[in-house]
Amino acid sequence: MHDPPATSWRLLRTGLVSPRKTGHFHAKQAKGGSAIVDLWEGLRHAFWLVVTFDAELADIALRSLRVTLTALFIACLIALPLAALLAVRRFRWRRATIAMLNALMGLPPVVVGLIVYIFLSRSGPFGALGLLFTPTAMIIAQVIIIVPLIASIAHQSLRELWAEYHDLLISLNVTQMQKMCTLLWDARRALLTAALAGFGRGIGEVGAIMIVGGNIDNATRVLTTAIALETGKGEFALALALGFVLIALALGVNLLIHWIGQTERDSRW
Amino acid sequence: MVSDLFPLTLKGAETSRRGKRLVGPIDLSLDGQGLCVVIGPNGSGKTTLLRLMHGTARLTGGEVSWACDTATARHHQAFVFQQPVVLRRTVEENLTYPLQLRGVARKQARAAAREWAAKVGLEPHLTRRAMVLSGGEQQKLAIARALITDPALVFLDEPTASLDGRAMREIEAILLQAKADGTRLILSTHDMGQARRIADQIVFMLGGKVHETGPAPAFFEAPQTPEARAFLQGDIVE
Repeated sequence: MHDPPATSWRLLRTGLVSPRKTGHFHAKQAKGGSAIVDLWEGLRHAFWLVVTFDAELADIALRSLRVTLTALFIACLIALPLAALLAVRRFRWRRATIAMLNALMGLPPVVVGLIVYIFLSRSGPFGALGLLFTPTAMIIAQVIIIVPLIASIAHQSLRELWAEYHDLLISLNVTQMQKMCTLLWDARRALLTAALAGFGRGIGEVGAIMIVGGNIDNATRVLTTAIALETGKGEFALALALGFVLIALALGVNLLIHWIGQTERDSRW
Repeated sequence: MVSDLFPLTLKGAETSRRGKRLVGPIDLSLDGQGLCVVIGPNGSGKTTLLRLMHGTARLTGGEVSWACDTATARHHQAFVFQQPVVLRRTVEENLTYPLQLRGVARKQARAAAREWAAKVGLEPHLTRRAMVLSGGEQQKLAIARALITDPALVFLDEPTASLDGRAMREIEAILLQAKADGTRLILSTHDMGQARRIADQIVFMLGGKVHETGPAPAFFEAPQTPEARAFLQGDIVE
């Protein structure tokens, strides 16, 4: 029998207690290492970090949520009207714009981070704002990454709905704005999926926010950058623990939004 | 209001797509009374003619003119499609939608929705999603949504196609009531029985052109052209 790892992340980080000193780690190392043991250790640590309500973990988790939800909100404000406009309006570069949005879904986050870094660095055009290595810079990077994703998925749903509504709305002689509002409202549950995809991309993002945020303790450290840090230090169990917390957070937010949106209920879309 | 819109005049009106003429040239004048039924075989241009008059099909030649300006005329029209288009909302929200577009207060809009739902027999379904209604109920909803703004003119593109006899009878009753209330109706159908039951005026379309037109009793009694005669006898006319 092993005692539960009644230790907080702070203790682990200050070196007072190390996951490598636990019986499981020794057992694992004695056996030549096992991924299953690492996973088990990670789960145990995640459990204890959560049940002991580790203050630093809570701070990092809340910062992760704050950054990603803010980025998601701003991205939705940009992407959803853009998707609706692309659905209802015919203009010269429409197809090229849609193709570009689809292509930008695969935008490499590191490159986005680098570009935002250049723009926000002291010698860059927005250097005077002093945003580099702040959560705001991380939000900007995330917005750039998730806008094309949300816009593309939303456009797909809105295009199908527009095909259904086209004749009716034209015959009712509605304005472009009314068309867009009608589509956005009636497709709101499908748009929730687009927003959740954006949330998933944002909360799991590490490359761009590492570059523009700097992973500064108590300032810009979020779950993903903390995981990268702990992995680099060889603290795999702790990194896994943080990973499990991240997964739990992402699942929790998804379930909450589904519940609020009343999706998959009887007689609803 | 009907008298302000009519006569509706088409002078050499035609529409083409990719160089192929779909309908026209059409010369036609319609006054503001009764129920006009556009008949003809499949592909004769009934739907396109209705869309041309309504302004949702692009006019590539000629003109469609009203007694008032086109924008005012459009404001006082509605269109019901062959396949009912219902919004992904409740029956009540579907009915209030055109009123909300016109800035009617929510309370008034809801009262009007309840009134029209009762008129077309959809009152028990007010809070249900429109998509779960049967085809006949969806078409009744579409007609009620078209009539709720009190339009002077309603175009109906084969509104009872693919519906059974009972639903057809219910819809015809709604249309006749609307006509009695002073709404001008222009309806397309290839159901001769329906045309005989409800038409005041007939427009017979063939090959994208108006082939014959006149009062319904006279048309059914003594059609002027051999094609119309053959069509009424059930022969294949192209």
